[in-house]
Amino acid sequence: MTDIREVSVDELRHLVSERVLTGETMLLNMGPQHPSTHGVLRLLMELDGEIIVNCIPDIGFLHTGVEKNMEAKTYQKAEVMTDRLDYLNPIGNNLAYCLAVEKLLDLDVPPRAQTVRVLLAELQRISSHLIWLGTSALDLAAMSVFLYGMREREVILDIFEMCSGQRMMTTYVRPGGLWRDVPVEFEGAVRNFLALMPRRLDEYEALLTKNELFLERTQGIGVISAQDCLRWGLTGPVLRGSGVPFDVRKARPYSGYEQFEFDVPTQTAGDIYARYLVRVQEMRESLKIIEQAINRLPYGPVRSNNRKFVPPPRSELGVSMEALIHHFKLWTEGFSAPKGAVYAATESPRGELGVYLESDGGPKPYRVHFNTPTFANLQALPLMTRGRFVADAVGVIGSIDIVLGDADR
Amino acid sequence: MDEQLKACLASFEQRFGAQVQEFRGEWTLLIAAEQIIAALQAARDEFGFEMLLDETAVDYGPEQSPRFHVIYQLYSLRDNRLLRLRTPLDGNAPHLPTAETVYPNANWKERELWDMFGIRFDGHSDLRRILMPADWQGHPLRKDYPLGYEEVQFTFNFEEIDLRKPYARE
Repeated sequence: MTDIREVSVDELRHLVSERVLTGETMLLNMGPQHPSTHGVLRLLMELDGEIIVNCIPDIGFLHTGVEKNMEAKTYQKAEVMTDRLDYLNPIGNNLAYCLAVEKLLDLDVPPRAQTVRVLLAELQRISSHLIWLGTSALDLAAMSVFLYGMREREVILDIFEMCSGQRMMTTYVRPGGLWRDVPVEFEGAVRNFLALMPRRLDEYEALLTKNELFLERTQGIGVISAQDCLRWGLTGPVLRGSGVPFDVRKARPYSGYEQFEFDVPTQTAGDIYARYLVRVQEMRESLKIIEQAINRLPYGPVRSNNRKFVPPPRSELGVSMEALIHHFKLWTEGFSAPKGAVYAATESPRGELGVYLESDGGPKPYRVHFNTPTFANLQALPLMTRGRFVADAVGVIGSIDIVLGDADR
Repeated sequence: MDEQLKACLASFEQRFGAQVQEFRGEWTLLIAAEQIIAALQAARDEFGFEMLLDETAVDYGPEQSPRFHVIYQLYSLRDNRLLRLRTPLDGNAPHLPTAETVYPNANWKERELWDMFGIRFDGHSDLRRILMPADWQGHPLRKDYPLGYEEVQFTFNFEEIDLRKPYARE
């Protein structure tokens, strides 16, 4: 066993000011076990009284070596790991990974599968935003929103369970389409949700949008300018809260997003409140997309007919020798992808989720890299919290909407 | 391919000796390590690639030379365009000048590359491990770093494995 080495202050010397050494300011740990760090984020804060002089985020407590593990699995098996990255957005992670694999293979996806993908990805966005709304309001001492948010999220998770048999780790989106078609109850469940949700969103807004206590804690706090956002590579609601209307769904449409009508909500203030308004508006836009998708859901297959990459349906295995051979080959050896590298990106609830996929021509990905929005956005936390109170840092963390599984991979 | 992109690629070819590659509609420029910072600077200031979306690396194995490729994924919001730059790196004590001066968010990305691949970035302001514990040995995403497996305990090797287990004994 290697001996455990203590990390001394000298190693962090370049990050803290001179005043720490004289004892004028104080170094304080916040986390990794802290209820408002949303998981296992550790912040090392240099404090002057209650004012943050500098804040040094420390991540990696949830590192699970997903990228390394995926290199040892075939393309199909590796997909299961993507669910576990950003555990509030498993469908979106599956989608990003599958888009990269499909781009690499040049594989077609039937229209029905594409529309269901969009529909589920938007449901997932709402469920993720509900968790964000609940937890970030809870951090600012608004308890009831959390309970309401969880209640509506349950309806969405029931829809996922109906489709895939799983509430969270769905692995429902597969390279070339979906695992299977949606069940008959699906349409009714989605329409039920569409009828229920706008009213509920009004309820949340009634609790928060004009709440004096909430405004006091959010307006003018955690401000970041549009220019800083671009320099630090921030994406998602943080970037849109600062006035840049960038959304991957509009800029580089995937999975047929170009056929849907929706707006990209933006705010200009760049503070916590602006990000709150952007996300609440985004939920309404997602509802618009879901409604369009369910109204025009085309009939047809949900999996590509390319048997070299997509396994044949179960019903064929008993009657077709060729189908049996393909089935056997695909689930033992896997498929070989052409040599090359691709980058595919989706708009996750937190920002641009990109997948860099490189193949050496074999059945396993040679290198998979996830460019995750939390990793990018968390880096700007010191910028947003310097010179503010410790209590404000809690609000800012909530407003970035971090998921540590996403940052640490 | 539109005119603007053509001009951009031609300029990189001429000034930095870049090799242009295309795969599935994505453009990649292969640029030597000495030129990479100047190339990034030109991409940001002259061609409007104001965002560094991603910086990552690939290890082609210890017997290959160059062993590593460092990959920069750039994005231009103005023209809605992606561009990828790749730099080959030699395997023996790989090091590269930091891109932090051009794109500040390269800070964490390069810390991750140091942590996972052991690539040193000269002039980096804070080159510590980011995902692995500070006292970790080795760089996990290198191809010669094994995936950890636990040996299964049977009756014949039970004691041998038990001796190596780190849990506390009285």
